[in-house]
Amino acid sequence: MTQQHESSLIQEESATLKQTALFQAHVSLGAQMVPFAGWEMPIQYEGILAEARAVRSAVGIFDVSHMGRVEITGSDAAQFIHRLVTADVLNMPFGRARYAFICNEAGGIIDDTIVYRLEQERFLLVPNAANADEVLAWLNLWKDRWATQVELRVLTYETALIALQGPQAEEILQAVCSVDLSAVRPFRCVEGQISGIPGIICRTGYTGENGFEIILPDEAASSIWLDFNERGATPCGLGARDVLRLEAGLLLHGSDIDSSVTPLEAGMERYVNWEQGEFIGLSALQESKRTGLSRTLVGFRLLERGVPRHGYTILNGQGPIGNVTSGTYSPTLDMGIGLGYVALEFSSPGTSIALDIRGRRVEAEVVTIPFYSRKR
Amino acid sequence: MNPTDRKYSRDHEWAKDEDDDTILVGITDYAQEHLGDIVFLELPRVGATLNQTEKLGEVESVKSVSDLFSPVSGEIVAVNQVVVDSPEMVNEDPYEQGWLIRVKPSQPAEMDGLMTAADYESFLESLD
Repeated sequence: MTQQHESSLIQEESATLKQTALFQAHVSLGAQMVPFAGWEMPIQYEGILAEARAVRSAVGIFDVSHMGRVEITGSDAAQFIHRLVTADVLNMPFGRARYAFICNEAGGIIDDTIVYRLEQERFLLVPNAANADEVLAWLNLWKDRWATQVELRVLTYETALIALQGPQAEEILQAVCSVDLSAVRPFRCVEGQISGIPGIICRTGYTGENGFEIILPDEAASSIWLDFNERGATPCGLGARDVLRLEAGLLLHGSDIDSSVTPLEAGMERYVNWEQGEFIGLSALQESKRTGLSRTLVGFRLLERGVPRHGYTILNGQGPIGNVTSGTYSPTLDMGIGLGYVALEFSSPGTSIALDIRGRRVEAEVVTIPFYSRKR
Repeated sequence: MNPTDRKYSRDHEWAKDEDDDTILVGITDYAQEHLGDIVFLELPRVGATLNQTEKLGEVESVKSVSDLFSPVSGEIVAVNQVVVDSPEMVNEDPYEQGWLIRVKPSQPAEMDGLMTAADYESFLESLD
């Protein structure tokens, strides 16, 4: 048995890896730790599929403290972020969160992020771990260039970010939370106490389930994590997180999107607000919309047994028509699913395609994303 | 602990001499643990012949895909339909119900060149 194709989750050698406040808790719960985006993170505890099923049927907890957390404050904060992302930030009431793209001047995606408006003049940006430094540099560049009155503060190294996801997430969190969670609707955020510790509570996530993401001071994170575990939440690693996000049709920057593709090519035009006025990348995106796309991101499912993986070639009857950007075995659907870019003519749901899986032709079909939607 | 009634390869396969002069082949507990959740196995057809160390198939887990290599030469006389239909059986019971193929060996002496359970365990320690 020789490993041929390790998941893209496993990226680098363990040189000088950062550890989250939950590192010891992961080790004590038996996690397999791997390097990821400069951090030593749990890829799995009990097993990826068992963890994924726990999130779909009950509740799982994820340490996502490796993701960036940048607080942006000041009288110009709303205007500043508004000009850097594809979402309307100026007209966003406080206590709301919005998914948005940070684009370069060519419309390429530097990162996808959630913008949280905690107060009228206080925001939180959560970039991906691998892009946190680049996003911070980008924010600082435009802060200087525009001579904007904002203050940037990195909270990543003093706070933990825990996601509770699944149909029982609200029940578990409510038991220790000072805020009435039924009032915290999807994409809302609020400050409150968790087990008496002040934190930020957001109804957001990356699994397709109902759930929350909470930000806590580092020193309190471990005991709260273990308490959630004792209350029945299954600790989940990055492996389950990747399976769940893909089933839910959520993109992963670095795999599905990067600075060489635009939100339009990624099929994410609904997150581009054309009416909000100038933002970085707008004119390039308008030009792209005028001239039309040549490729687009699609979802597909395998019609035979097999597991699609990042980098595999997508075929039609004649030859290559694109590349897989993400793929997995879906435990919820019991089939191989994935995302990839294809020429526009092959992007309609129902189109027959195939994958080259290590020399084997495996039949597949373009389908609408998400692959999985929870029952409401 | 790895069973002492069989031999082991450096590719983390096991080979067990059966009473009917066939050899049962599977992957080790170390291999299944390392792979994580197994979701798909590609195995040869009955009647195919393999040489020792030749690729016999593929095992796909959620995390990765790996080649399987035959620990012995011979003809495939049976393929375990249980693991084809329920690949997780390889995770649950790699040494018994999770066997992969049954081989009629063409070079039975090859078994002597494989590792004993004790040798295999020393080999595993050298990997860590």
